[in-house]
Amino acid sequence: MDRENEKVAAPKKGRKQAAQGKPGRTLVLIMIALVAMTGGMFLSGHTTPRLGIDLAGGTSITLEAKNEPGQKNAINQTNLNTAVDIINNRVNGLGVSEAEVQTQGDRNIIVNIPKGTNAKQAREQVGTTAQLYFRPVLAQQPSTGAAEKPTPKPSDSGKDKSGGDKSKDGDKPKGSDEPKEEATSPSGTPTTQGRSVTEALKADATPSSTTDAKDDPAKDKKDDGKKDPSPTPSGDPTAQLQEQFAKLDCTDKKARAKVKEGIKPSDPVVACGENKNGWDKFILGPSEVNGKEVDDAKAVYDTQGAAGWKVTMNFSKTGTKQFADITGKLASKQPPQNEFGIVMDGEVVSAPYVSQALTTGDAEISGSFSQDEAKDLANILSYGALPLTFKEQSVTTVSAALGGEQLRAGMIAGAIGLALVIIYLVAYYRGLALIAIASLFVSAALTYTIMTLLGPTIKFALNLPAVCGAIVAIGITADSFIVYFERIRDEVREGRTLRPAVERAWPRARRTILVSDFVSFLAAAVLFIVTVGKVQGFAFTLGLTTLLDVVVVFFFTKPLMTIMARKKFFASGGKWSGLDPKRLGAKPPLRRSRPSGPTVPVDSTTPKEA
Amino acid sequence: MSKLGDLGARLYRGEVGYDFVGKRKIWYGISILITITAIVGLAVRGLNMGIEFEGGAVFNTPKTSVSVAKAEEAAEKASGHDALVQKLGNDTLRIQIAGVDTGKSDQVKAELANEFDMKADDINADLVGPSWGEQIANKAWQGLAIFMVLVVIYLAIAFEWRMAVAALIALIHDITITVGVYALVGFEVTPGTVIGLLTILGYSLYDTVVVFDSLKEQSKDLVKQTRFTYSEVANRSINSTLVRSINTTVVALLPVAGLLFIGGGFLGAGMLNDISLSLFVGLAAGAYSSIFIATPLVADLKETEPQMKALKKRVLAKRRAAAAKGESAEAPEPAGDDGRDDEPGDAASEGAAPAVVGPRSGPRSQPARNRGRGRPSGKRR
Repeated sequence: MDRENEKVAAPKKGRKQAAQGKPGRTLVLIMIALVAMTGGMFLSGHTTPRLGIDLAGGTSITLEAKNEPGQKNAINQTNLNTAVDIINNRVNGLGVSEAEVQTQGDRNIIVNIPKGTNAKQAREQVGTTAQLYFRPVLAQQPSTGAAEKPTPKPSDSGKDKSGGDKSKDGDKPKGSDEPKEEATSPSGTPTTQGRSVTEALKADATPSSTTDAKDDPAKDKKDDGKKDPSPTPSGDPTAQLQEQFAKLDCTDKKARAKVKEGIKPSDPVVACGENKNGWDKFILGPSEVNGKEVDDAKAVYDTQGAAGWKVTMNFSKTGTKQFADITGKLASKQPPQNEFGIVMDGEVVSAPYVSQALTTGDAEISGSFSQDEAKDLANILSYGALPLTFKEQSVTTVSAALGGEQLRAGMIAGAIGLALVIIYLVAYYRGLALIAIASLFVSAALTYTIMTLLGPTIKFALNLPAVCGAIVAIGITADSFIVYFERIRDEVREGRTLRPAVERAWPRARRTILVSDFVSFLAAAVLFIVTVGKVQGFAFTLGLTTLLDVVVVFFFTKPLMTIMARKKFFASGGKWSGLDPKRLGAKPPLRRSRPSGPTVPVDSTTPKEA
Repeated sequence: MSKLGDLGARLYRGEVGYDFVGKRKIWYGISILITITAIVGLAVRGLNMGIEFEGGAVFNTPKTSVSVAKAEEAAEKASGHDALVQKLGNDTLRIQIAGVDTGKSDQVKAELANEFDMKADDINADLVGPSWGEQIANKAWQGLAIFMVLVVIYLAIAFEWRMAVAALIALIHDITITVGVYALVGFEVTPGTVIGLLTILGYSLYDTVVVFDSLKEQSKDLVKQTRFTYSEVANRSINSTLVRSINTTVVALLPVAGLLFIGGGFLGAGMLNDISLSLFVGLAAGAYSSIFIATPLVADLKETEPQMKALKKRVLAKRRAAAAKGESAEAPEPAGDDGRDDEPGDAASEGAAPAVVGPRSGPRSQPARNRGRGRPSGKRR
């Protein structure tokens, strides 16, 4: 050991000199970093870490993607991201503005809905896949209301009508306009699903109530897909729809959200759609083609004609037949009834008109698209083709009270853990413990500020497992000090005075700390990458604190130790310094107290040590 | 401290010590016994998998005066499944219902709220589909496997393959024991448990690595001397890092104990409790294995090397010779090799005065008597 150590130490000589001049600067540096981060924390306005659902209260839903039957390998990052966009859009469109949707692992989507929002409603929205339907347009009208353009929604971006072919403002909706009061009998839609109709209509008629959508939308969709297209929608939507249509103000975000509630593919509905100039409102017939029948959709630039950007799509076999039917019927009608609305989650994203029956399964939508618009529309059409369904894997609802309690418990546990560790360190290392405690606090402060800053930047949310990780990390951090202190003590036992002991102990302690921290970090990294759910939050904290441990030991503990070694309290090896050579059982420093020569008889020193 | 510090010093110098390597067979035996018990327990009793792995719902009510029996009845009526109700320390109820699917749970929750006369929003619900737990567990296994491969590679590079193998065995040993304890005691296995278990990975190795680090250091140039066998050096490194190992373990266990205390006593049950429980068991096993299993295993593996065998032979021959000559002959022995080669093995005790340490037959058996200053130490500083 000494041999090796000497080898290590010798070249250090030069560095040692420098290192002894530097510690103050290093300390100042890390303090500046800490202050800067704290400043950043206050500047950004986030002074506490973002809390996860389990600490703040709210609902967290984990969805697992499943392949649609017959589709393999559909679970990939692209599809998941698409789904996240849809779900995000859908949930936040409900007025649940703080909801957070993100992918996790290779097949999961996490939806976090903070407390105070209608979690139940959100859950209904979340559980279903994107709903894309082709519905015939029964009536269309620019939506009146405030003139200003509503804020565009983030990802429902296929806002464009199919170009300028539409000049049918003012087309009055057919049918009676007279306001009717209450539930008219649910008629007008030829359907076998009587119950659904009632419910849907109810929902339509009283849009303020939350929907009671116990029905499984997937079932509806399936039915819809299988069913032959229902008879052509009659030209007289129910009076209720008319009334709703007349009242509908698409420029109002809430109204738009309401109108999307509880719609069934098999019913005629009212809907909003955004165009270049504002909003249009529609009455739409029952769905004729399910969006899932779209196999593929692309935005292409028409090089032949002068049409510019357009969107091509092709349908599956069933879809081809259905699409042929609907286009055949629509082609012969008058505007706007020759249009079909492409309805995504209850919102009309495009309403192209049909000029002829399209029987080949390939269709294109052209208009004065910009490249982006065409791409957006193609994207939305592909959503329909997203061959994924989602299954609720876990739903956790935490009341604010319990969240607070868990947070408090975590804090207390952390405080107790820290206190116990400090007591132990003080009892064992005495004066040295001061350095350890200071380092622990620097480490804690760094962890806190970084966690806080990571909240707004990478959406890191502190959850209960993460708190556990931080508490467990106290041990890892403290251990680095133990490794170093033990090394120093070993050197003191060799009879060195403190300053050289501190310097000589460092290279060896450093290596041990690095090697063991690397193993710990490796575990955290593997866990973070591979695992899902709560394990991940834990791994993240553990990895972060391990890294910080290295930073603190290198840039705080070591320089502080170097400086302290110059202080009389430590250097003199006082009883309370934790470095008292006598107490450590050191051989007395050779040059000082033991003048005896190198040939001292063998046994002479033993009794003292024992 | 004085006592402990003193003990530390003596351990450090090898004056006192426990022959971990020499008595390894005992400890191997104990470990094998525990491991077998754990495996048998696992096979016979199986693990008590929590709701998270089986699928179902867990409801936590706010403080309530509703009795357990009544709650159970209400829960079973509402769900149509068996319900398990626990009263937690803070007068809240924890109701577990297996087999309820996530769709139905809202209804159950509403009915429970109605029955217990509390707001539905105040009831905390944890609904888990049956495959979620499976996914968590699968991912955990996957993570475990990847980690093991990486860590073996890393240790093989940073140290050597024998240490990697020994560390891996120690790790598997720790995990088996922890899982076995869960099977035998019947603690419920939850995602929190899995988290704790996975953390042991890092921690168990962390501890082992520190001992190995010291071993690597001390066994450098080992073959150039003739006084210590590898096993003796290994034993010495365990002893000289013993204080650190104990301190590390204590310091690691203290916060976990705090968690366990708070998790168990304050919240009654839940994530904190689950994580800290498995951590506690695993950490204890980890500390044990890095001292009693991992290092002796390295020594065993090392001793099969021809080089080390030869060394052992030489060392033993020398000792016999020394014994024949009697005690008096001990001192001069290493002089020939210029004080260099004999040092590593003896490293710990020497430092400033590397001296003439006689043919101690291993650190444990003989107090270092000749801690003399065989040579002026001045040049070392």
